Amino acid sequence: MFSLGSGGGKSAKPSFVSYVTPEEIEPEPEGSLQEKSPEFLPGEVVFCSAKRILRCTQDDESECSVFGTLFLTNFRVSFVSDAVHSEDTVQLFKNKLYGENDIPLACVDQIYGDYDEKKKLITSSQVKNKYPSKIIIHCKDLRVFHFSLLCVKEEVRKKIFQGIIHHILDPKSLKCIFAFSYGEKAAPVPEVQRKQKTLMFETAEDWAAEMRRTKGSCKLVEDNKDFQIAQRLPQFFFTPTSVENEDLQKYQGRGVPIWCWSHHSGCALFKTAALPIAQEESTSKVQKAYVESMLNAVAQNHLYSVKTVDLSDALPNIQDIQQSYNKFKQNFLIDSIAEFWMSDVKWFSTLETSRWLSIIRQCLHKAVEVVESLERENTNILLIEEGGSDLCCVISSLVQLMLDPYYRTLVGFQSLVQKEWVAGGHNFLERSNLLHQRDKELQSPVFLLFLECVWQLLQQHSPAFQFSETYLTVLSDSINVAVFSTFLFSTPHQRATIMKAELDTGTLNIPPVWQWSLQFDCKAQGFFINPLYKAKSKQEKALRKAQRPKYTRQLSLPSTPSRRGFFKEETDNLKKMLRVKRISRWMQLPDSVQACVREFYSVWQRKPLDYHGLLLPCLDWPAVRLWTQRYLRWIPEVQILGGGDVAMLNKVAALVREVQELRTEVDRQVSQADPSLESPLVFARSSVRLSSSFPFAAARVWSFRPAIPISIGDSQMDLGQLASRDDEDTDYQ
Amino acid sequence: MEKHPSAAAYGYGPESSGAAPNRKPSRGGGGGAAAGGTGSRQPSVETLDSPTGSHVEWCKQLIAATISSQISGSVPPPVGLRALRDGNKQAQMEEAPRVPGETIKTIAKDVMYICPFTGAVSGTLTVTDYKLYFKSLERDPPFVLDVNLGVISRLETISLQIGENNRGIEIVCKDMRNPRFAYKEEQSKLEIFETLTKYAFPLSNDLPLFAFLYKETFPEDGWKVYDPVAEYKRQGLPNESWTISKINSSYEVCDTYPALLVVPTSIKDEELRKVASFRAKHRIPVLSWIHPESQATIVRCSQPLVGPTDRRCKEDERYLQTILDANAQSHKLTIFDARQNSVADTNKAKDGGYESESFYPNVELNFLDIPNIHVMRESLRKLKEVVYPSIDEARWLSAVDSTHWLEYIRLLLAGAVRVADKLESGKTSVVVHCSDGWDRTAQLTSLAMLMLDSYYRTLRGFQVLLEKEWISFGHRFAARVGHGDENHANSERSPLFVQFVDCVWQMMRQFPSAFEFNELFLITILDHLYSCLFGTFLYNSEQERVNKEVHGKTVSLWSYMNSQVEDFTNPFYVNYENHVIYPVASLRHLELWVSYYVRWNPRMRPQMPVHQHLKELLVLRTELQKKVEELQRDVASSRSISSSSEHGPSPSHTSTPLYTTV
Repeated sequence: MFSLGSGGGKSAKPSFVSYVTPEEIEPEPEGSLQEKSPEFLPGEVVFCSAKRILRCTQDDESECSVFGTLFLTNFRVSFVSDAVHSEDTVQLFKNKLYGENDIPLACVDQIYGDYDEKKKLITSSQVKNKYPSKIIIHCKDLRVFHFSLLCVKEEVRKKIFQGIIHHILDPKSLKCIFAFSYGEKAAPVPEVQRKQKTLMFETAEDWAAEMRRTKGSCKLVEDNKDFQIAQRLPQFFFTPTSVENEDLQKYQGRGVPIWCWSHHSGCALFKTAALPIAQEESTSKVQKAYVESMLNAVAQNHLYSVKTVDLSDALPNIQDIQQSYNKFKQNFLIDSIAEFWMSDVKWFSTLETSRWLSIIRQCLHKAVEVVESLERENTNILLIEEGGSDLCCVISSLVQLMLDPYYRTLVGFQSLVQKEWVAGGHNFLERSNLLHQRDKELQSPVFLLFLECVWQLLQQHSPAFQFSETYLTVLSDSINVAVFSTFLFSTPHQRATIMKAELDTGTLNIPPVWQWSLQFDCKAQGFFINPLYKAKSKQEKALRKAQRPKYTRQLSLPSTPSRRGFFKEETDNLKKMLRVKRISRWMQLPDSVQACVREFYSVWQRKPLDYHGLLLPCLDWPAVRLWTQRYLRWIPEVQILGGGDVAMLNKVAALVREVQELRTEVDRQVSQADPSLESPLVFARSSVRLSSSFPFAAARVWSFRPAIPISIGDSQMDLGQLASRDDEDTDYQ
Repeated sequence: MEKHPSAAAYGYGPESSGAAPNRKPSRGGGGGAAAGGTGSRQPSVETLDSPTGSHVEWCKQLIAATISSQISGSVPPPVGLRALRDGNKQAQMEEAPRVPGETIKTIAKDVMYICPFTGAVSGTLTVTDYKLYFKSLERDPPFVLDVNLGVISRLETISLQIGENNRGIEIVCKDMRNPRFAYKEEQSKLEIFETLTKYAFPLSNDLPLFAFLYKETFPEDGWKVYDPVAEYKRQGLPNESWTISKINSSYEVCDTYPALLVVPTSIKDEELRKVASFRAKHRIPVLSWIHPESQATIVRCSQPLVGPTDRRCKEDERYLQTILDANAQSHKLTIFDARQNSVADTNKAKDGGYESESFYPNVELNFLDIPNIHVMRESLRKLKEVVYPSIDEARWLSAVDSTHWLEYIRLLLAGAVRVADKLESGKTSVVVHCSDGWDRTAQLTSLAMLMLDSYYRTLRGFQVLLEKEWISFGHRFAARVGHGDENHANSERSPLFVQFVDCVWQMMRQFPSAFEFNELFLITILDHLYSCLFGTFLYNSEQERVNKEVHGKTVSLWSYMNSQVEDFTNPFYVNYENHVIYPVASLRHLELWVSYYVRWNPRMRPQMPVHQHLKELLVLRTELQKKVEELQRDVASSRSISSSSEHGPSPSHTSTPLYTTV
């Protein structure tokens, strides 16, 4: 054991003691305090508030615990410190909707109560008449708050506690979500005009534009304009040309191949919801015929080839994902210093048992498999999944990110999310359990999983992405703010009807998350831009255009006869398709899939890397990393003061800025003024003063003393005989 | 040796390979892959497969940089071999390039290299007195494997049968790989194994280490990098409390210490001798570093010989009190014993021990719980199993965890952070020791000094740090590495220095712009820790090196490295002058050093050449600056208006500094 120097008697086990005993509490200053309150948002209503709440930091030795007032509103739990804040800490990256001491109600993950120094998870039913001395709130963005209620008067304590429990844990209706009160009152915010706009895929034009961009040739379906086909399908979508209109209606749109993206060779990516399993043989036969005709339709899109990829079989289901994430996140929701260092020793094993990283790998792997089929074999791909809007969205978006550089730009990425996730009908409402349903079976961080995968790509191939890690982190936080229409609904139908109804009355304005100026001012949005991004120069663009036809020709030249024959031969097998058997690969046995993907990767790896071409992730273990910015940003013990990637990025950003200035200077002098592109923000002159959590947690004051691990004893170090040996086999005489 | 256009050596640019039509790097042979003369950087197969890929750019830089200089001169083949060469074109093309002073000892054709990543390949195997060189023209580009003999820990014959090949050799290396060869048992090849053994372990065969044969010259003289007096002067020494003592100038007081020692001024030589007899191996407490402001010091020594009877030494007690008194800012002295308490107790029974707080007033003793050299050796051995030849995909994290390697890195960093924090925040002097004060002590003091003193984070400063804390203070490099010695099972071997460099790498990852040197710098140092090409890491102590005339007869590693500083410079470097950096000693921030331990695996090629991007930007900036200047000149001359300087926001960017200062 370490003897801990000056702090000798610290207990090494995690404890949930209240750090202040009632005797220590000073009498309440009489009315000296000015009433402070947070800046309320339009439509925000205060339910109750309590003064003399003590906010404790995890560090029991620290003097950072502060008194303040806790507000509960229909949007958030907000702690306003009594301490007079010198506003000198200029926060570069301030969220305009909520501060670092605010917890949007939708962001609360778990609430614990401290009952006689025991930490208990609170589910609303428990609340009888015993109130905890302390509330511990774990947030979905991984912040942890400890609020001590010891100094609060009995009745106030009751009120605030019950209020919090009720508003956070009890089921509510959609209309009670803050976005609706906000939307009624908030004035539309003028968005920064960008040259390009995010495609929302709410209109036929957006879809058509996308089809033109990818040079695909599919059929626009407008029959679902009023959701006659299915509520979970977008109002407009594309199907293979040979899908008959009457086919669309048969199974409420299930089994219909929905176009996602076209490869330049002509083959395309489709997704579909699987048909329900037929009980009777007769229906089963009909279904099979239907499935076959759909597959035929897909095959006819390009070269009579089709490959189906059943994601339900190949990947973990949404419950697996939820379970895994639940385990994983515990690594970051830390209640005390002692708990932190305890968990640190077990870091690798808990990381492995959570399987979160391995699920990320599986998804990326599957995506690479699909990419291979599109890119190398030029086969049409049909992704199949039970609902068609969870893993289908993950995989199809990842595939497009890897193949199409457009989606690696900020606007392109947002359009991709709109296309695949929002219009694609991902059930955001239930996946994030925004309504606090008791039954949590539908809750699952699928979209977060996607962002995780994108982050892995980003960290491996940084110069290929226009957006930054910070952008992804903020996007992942925004899911839990309950203000944005993007993450509010369960189906396109729900979205369209509610938004339209409200629009008709002319009072509602629920913004999409892409209106970033709601959350961040212009300057802060500069953090969204990746300074390492290598924008395509005009020269390259021209070059590429010239090259492409040839390239396409070569690649898409099929070994025609054999492939056709091959298709025919395999059609019989196809009949067994969909839910019957997974045929994700015809040429190889499933065992060799891994090897095949490996080979595909290494062939790609050997070519010169083109950041505006195909991008593949390295899937070997050491290359898959922890998204440290998102997961470690709030933990004081792991802040690297003066370090972190920010130090490096800062340098690059400064240089990019300088180059841009020089360029404008040159252009100005040659008088060919070209409006400069969005440029990354140069954070501050000195990265020495920044920490690795930057730009997050900027308001927090990190200790300049290093975090020194608490030894947990040598129990887990089974060193055996070796440890007791001398370094040299000599005695000291 | 291969001909290396020097451009290739420095080439971060579109160097060599791209230009050659047949994908063979212009520097001939398998330059792209050959780990070159240093034998080190050896993505053998992998890079060879794809010398043109831009992914490999970084790797190639690693390679190019290491091979470059010492391989500058090509040596004509010895006469005896000419016949063979002339008669056989294949052999000629598969011949090994050599460094000056290197001689070929044996050449064997039709040897098969069993590559764990890309399968078997046949070619010519050359053994010189410096390296083993295998080249095959079967693949395009040619496949090259280059292993310097110094890196070999053990040679074994293995039984196998692949076609005609019935003899096999497994070469167990210290740098995490085990190449295997197979060949047919026939007259011409009988001597392969014997020759290899002889030159891989020269000391066991009464032969000199290759460093004494190496004949390269460099523009820089690395032996001049470290001058103890200059270094102490930089720290402000001597001062009124500390003096540079010559008591050990003939290594009489302590044969494992350097000739010059910094000790308290008020201590008489007689007392020093008394203290020496009370410390293991006579390694008395001496100053390593002094804080420029608080005057708090890092003092290193070995354990006191307290023994089971709790012996005391008046002089030792007074000595530590003097160290404490030398720092007016604190009335405490902290001793960090790197060992585990229990192990220190065991040592006590064997006549070693630790300072008793009751005999040393105002002293606070802390144990840092760092296991000994045997535990570390075992840990790295397990790590090798985990990463070579292939990675267990299913259980990677727990496999890495089970080696405890990162756990020990964490302990070391945590210990060093405590030392640094004591000095910086506590303004308290510290004494660091383990048992003998040359392993864990060196690790801890040098890591703490890296955190505290930005000078050591520069290219030269780091070299000084190594020369001082490791080489001059007698880290037993010869014993720990086993240069030229065949006794691979010797329990004194241990990768303590590798572990230290790993810690530095972890710090570099956490502070990507705080170090002037880059990853390649660290890897190159580690490669030459084993290679025996340079004299820098040879022998156990300064005394031995003086006796063997290392400075006169061998080349310093720093001669080579300082002759091409560009390759080893971190483009992100920002001078963090006077800033203390504390790495986070949490496993959440520690990572396995893949580009060192797993570098033989072609799939682990570095992915993101961010620094490449930065270099391009720097070039672009320079170009644009020039253009702006030109334009301004044009404007100025055409209008001949005097106020041309008002045109640009930054009109005179004549120099393009690579660093910014905070």
